[in-house]
Amino acid sequence: MRLTRRDALAVLAGLGVTGGAVSLTQFDPPTADSTGKEGGSTGEDGASGDDTPPTAVRDTMAAAAEVVYPSAAEGVSEFVETYVVGRARDDSRRAAMVDAATELDDVARDWEGAAFADLPAADRDRLLRELGVDAADPVPDGTLSERLRFHVVNELLYAFYASPTGGRLVGIENPIGHPGGAESYRRATMDEPETTDSGGETDG
Amino acid sequence: MDRTPVADADVCIVGAGPAGGLVAHRLAESGAAVVVLEAGPRFDGDRREQLEQHVRPGLDGPWEMGGPRDAFSSSGESFYPLNAARVKGVGGSTLHWQGMVMRLHERDFELDTRHGVGADWPVGYGDLRPHYAAAEREFGVAGAADNPYAPPRDEPYPLPAFRPSHSDSIFAEACERLGIDMHSVGNARNSEPYDDRSPCVGYGTCKPVCPSGAKYTAESHVEKAEAAGARVIDRARVRRLEHDEAGERVVAAAYTTPDGETHRQEATQFVLACGGVENVRLLLLSDSDRYPDGLANSSGAVGRYFMDHLFAGMGGRLDRPTRQNHVGFNTSECHQFYDDADPVNGLKLEFLNYAGPSPVIDALHADTWGDDLLDQLDESYGTHVSMGALVEQLPREDNYVGLDRETTDDLGDPVPEIHWSVDEQTEAALSRANEIQARVLDELGVEDRWTVGPDETGPAYHHMGTTRMGDDPESSVVDAECRAHDLDNLWISGSSVFPTGGAMNPTLTIAALSLRLAESLRAQLG
Repeated sequence: MRLTRRDALAVLAGLGVTGGAVSLTQFDPPTADSTGKEGGSTGEDGASGDDTPPTAVRDTMAAAAEVVYPSAAEGVSEFVETYVVGRARDDSRRAAMVDAATELDDVARDWEGAAFADLPAADRDRLLRELGVDAADPVPDGTLSERLRFHVVNELLYAFYASPTGGRLVGIENPIGHPGGAESYRRATMDEPETTDSGGETDG
Repeated sequence: MDRTPVADADVCIVGAGPAGGLVAHRLAESGAAVVVLEAGPRFDGDRREQLEQHVRPGLDGPWEMGGPRDAFSSSGESFYPLNAARVKGVGGSTLHWQGMVMRLHERDFELDTRHGVGADWPVGYGDLRPHYAAAEREFGVAGAADNPYAPPRDEPYPLPAFRPSHSDSIFAEACERLGIDMHSVGNARNSEPYDDRSPCVGYGTCKPVCPSGAKYTAESHVEKAEAAGARVIDRARVRRLEHDEAGERVVAAAYTTPDGETHRQEATQFVLACGGVENVRLLLLSDSDRYPDGLANSSGAVGRYFMDHLFAGMGGRLDRPTRQNHVGFNTSECHQFYDDADPVNGLKLEFLNYAGPSPVIDALHADTWGDDLLDQLDESYGTHVSMGALVEQLPREDNYVGLDRETTDDLGDPVPEIHWSVDEQTEAALSRANEIQARVLDELGVEDRWTVGPDETGPAYHHMGTTRMGDDPESSVVDAECRAHDLDNLWISGSSVFPTGGAMNPTLTIAALSLRLAESLRAQLG
C-alpha cells in the first residue's frame, strides 16, 4: 500500500492544521528552484522557512517511520516529510519534536558512530528498543525514552493509523480522528480507495 | 475580562450547561436582563486539539476536569468517579456527552401509582409533551418514528435519523429470529446541516469531543442567549446564595473570580443549573441561621435520592467483519422491555457501533511497532460486536450527595460527598438485561464473550434526583414548575429535580423541563 501526501494532509486536517488554505504545494520540500524565493529559501540547516524543521530532523523522522511502519508501507519518505512539515506549524509541538529527533540522532552518532538516518533499518529498530522506547509511556516532557515515544514514535504512528490508507491496512478506511464522512459505517466492506495523488486543498 | 456583576439583572442563572443555556436563551430572547455565572471556562479553541488530547496518551484530558477546583469524596459502597462524569465550562456536560436523546415513557411519571415503587412526578407525560417537541427542535434531533415502544408524538423529528449501521444489520438477523425489535434512536447530532452547524463528518470521537460541531452542545444556546443580550461570566465560581431577612427570597449569588476577588450578583430571580451534584453543594453551602440545614431544604430532601443509570453490557467476536469504530454514536436500540413490570426497573438495550478497540488508539498504546504491531492490530480489530443497556435505579434516601466538611477545595469550601450504592433490585434488572443480551449473542454465535453485569457495572454519568420535584413541601424540594417550595424566587433546572430517572438518557427531559421552567419564570417577571 502506498502512502501519499494527500494521506498526510488528511491527517493534518483532522488535527486542525489547515490554516484555511493548506495545499499540497505548500508542503513541497524545498527545491533548487525555490531557493532564494520568498518563503522558499533554504538555510544552512536545510530548513525552508521559519516553521520548517531542519533537514536532519525530517530525515530522522522518516528513518524512524521506516521501522515504525509496517514493511508493506510505500511512499514513507514523502508522507512523513509532508506530515512533519505540517505538524511543525504547531508552535507547541515543533520545538519538542525537533529536540526529540535531534537527541535520537545524537544518540545514534554516539553509540553507533553514524547518523540515525544512515543506520541500517535493523539497527534503527534495535536502537529505539535499547532506549526503551517500545515500553515507555508517551510523556511530552518526560525522560528521553518517554519523549521519543511521544514526539517521534507516537507522532508517526498517529499519522499512519489515523490516515485512510494506514487504516485500510487493518480494515478501516475511516479511522478515529479522520473525518471520513458518515457513510462508511453503513458499508459491509471497504469502498475502493482513491488512487490519485492530485493536488488541491483539503479541509477534511 | 470584566467579571464584575451585572447591574439590574432580572435573572441570575448559575451554570451554563443545557439546563442553564436554554433558560438563558428563552428569557433573554423575551427581553429579560439575564446574567449567567459559569464556574468553568469557555473552550474557544479548535476542537481538533481536544480530539488529539482524547486520542493520544500522554496529554491531559480535553476538558480540564479533576484539579483542586473539582475535589470530591466518594463514601458509598460503590466508588463514584465524579470528575469523569461531568464537565465544568460553557456548554457543561454536553461538551463531553454522547448526544443520545429520547423521551421518558408515560409510566416513568407515575411509577408509584402504577407499581408502588419510587415516586410519582407532579407532572405527567402530557404536560411535558409539547416541551419535548420544542427541545427536539432546539437540539436538532435526528430520529425516525419507527419505535413502536416510544410514547406518543405529534410531529416528525427535525432531522432524518442516521441510517442503521452494518453492525446493526448483523444484530437484526438474530433479533428478527428472536422476536426482539430493533428501531432507530434519537441523536442530538446533525444528520444534515442544522442551526448553522455541520452535519456529522465521522471523526468517531463523539464522546468526549465532536470537532465538527455536528453534535449538539449547550454552547449553542449560550451563544444565542448572548446574542439576545445575556451576559455570561465564565470562571465565576458561585459559593453561596444569600437570602433576605425573612428567608423568603434569594437576594444575591456570591462568586469568586480567578483573580481571587469575590463579587455579589443581585437579581430578581435565581436559577440553579449546575448539575445534580453542584446544585446540592451550593444549597448546602448557603446555610444560614434561618436555614441551618441549607437553603431550600426544609424537607430534608436536598441531596437525597441520588440516582444514576447503570450500565450492563455483553460482547465478543464473530467470524466476519463488523465494521466498528467508524462513528462514535449508536443508530439502533431496543425499548421493547422498558415498560416490563418484572423487574420494574426500566431498561433499554443498545447496539453499539464502537465495539472493541480502535486500531489507531491501540497502536498508540502498543509495546511494539512495524510488522509486529500490524499483526497485533489485525488480530484485535474487525470482528467485535457489543450490546449495551441502561438500567433504572430507583430513588433511595440512603443514596445521597452531601458535603464532606473535612475536605475543602482550593477556595476553602467543603467538597461534595457522593454516597452511592447499587441495590439488589437494580442488580436484578442488570441481570435481566444480561439475559436478553445473551440470547441475542447466542443466536449470533458470538465467541470470546465478555459481560458487564451486576458485579462489574458502573454509572452512566447521569446525576438525578437530588432536588426532587413534588407537590408536597414536606417531601420535595421544588414544585411542578421547578420553583423551590421554600423560596419564592429560586428555581432549579436540570435532572436533579427528577423524582425518578427511568432508563432513558436524561438530557432531552432536562431540556423539556428547562423550557417549561423558562415559561413559568417569564410569567413571574411580568
